[in-house]
Amino acid sequence: MNLRDVVAELGLAVLTGEAGLDREATGGYCSDLLSDVMAHARPGDVWITLQTHPNVVAVASLTNVAAVVASGGQRPEAASLARAANEGVVILASDQPSFELAGRLHALLAAGQQAR
Amino acid sequence: MVMATELVSLTVDLHIHSALSPCADNEMTPRAIAARARQMGTDMIAVCDHNASGNAAACHAAGQATGLAVIPGMEVQTREEVHLLCLFPSLAALAAWQAVVDRALPPLDNQPQHFGRQLLFDDHDRPLGEERRLLLTSTALTVEDVFAGVTRLAGLCVPAHIDRPSYSLLGTLGLIPPGLAVPAVEISRRADPAAVRERFPDTRGLPFLTASDAHWLSQIAPARTRLVARAPTFDELRQALAGADNRRVVIDD
Repeated sequence: MNLRDVVAELGLAVLTGEAGLDREATGGYCSDLLSDVMAHARPGDVWITLQTHPNVVAVASLTNVAAVVASGGQRPEAASLARAANEGVVILASDQPSFELAGRLHALLAAGQQAR
Repeated sequence: MVMATELVSLTVDLHIHSALSPCADNEMTPRAIAARARQMGTDMIAVCDHNASGNAAACHAAGQATGLAVIPGMEVQTREEVHLLCLFPSLAALAAWQAVVDRALPPLDNQPQHFGRQLLFDDHDRPLGEERRLLLTSTALTVEDVFAGVTRLAGLCVPAHIDRPSYSLLGTLGLIPPGLAVPAVEISRRADPAAVRERFPDTRGLPFLTASDAHWLSQIAPARTRLVARAPTFDELRQALAGADNRRVVIDD
């Protein structure tokens, strides 16, 4: 399933990286400890986090995740958004809490797998 | 007579909690901390409570009474859940910083039954009351806000226990944010500096400090970190971290 479909299904706001929405979302990861994300997120994951610091963008680039979702109504800092726009990192946002988003994303990706 | 310009080796423990921190033992009173640190042969300490400094003046005075240098300090929790040691040249600078932190604390009350009591003392360990606000929580300040604010007040901002998985700059934010002028980092009290440097290449070139992070009196042990400088003062510490005129900070095995 590509990011554009994920955005539509979960009702996410697209904050940066509009041009990257055709990328395939192959999995998900949910964590607010960036060291943990660096160690465990896989390329193509949709990373759900409450963190808004510019290092989120650095870690997203480093791990090559498909997108970052700022959950629970959090909005990344201006410096984060500027950096993400510059680096073509997809930043999405939602007012839903991480638990809710992760559950819905997991179901969506599993359904996508079955449809193949 | 010792020349004033001579470098001396001084033991320092720059991260000790008083009973104002809810997680610290109620026996962590100003006089008791100073006496224990002196007993362990420590020359200079900093008392750094979570987002608070209500015992700072009492600890400073208690130190003076026992011949121990006490640097004004605080351990701030940023909005990202990073702990930063904030050290200041004077109690006035710390008070100015406290005003910034006060505005950035959420309007919540402490729950002593869950978190512990937040006790205030005078410099003779007489109880002065309790801090009511919840201290064990994140302020609204970012890491960058804290560095900028502390630097403006001529203080030093040292990321705490960076080798720990949580509440640490590297655990929480993964890497040292570019553009942050970090003067030194604190590593856990028993950590092997060489191993930490290998694990976190980001720390290359940064001075390391160890501290007890004591929450109980018994955790105040002989300090592993030595300040090689002219005197046990904030300014000498600042110069040692900058490597001025052969001053330095050394961690013993």
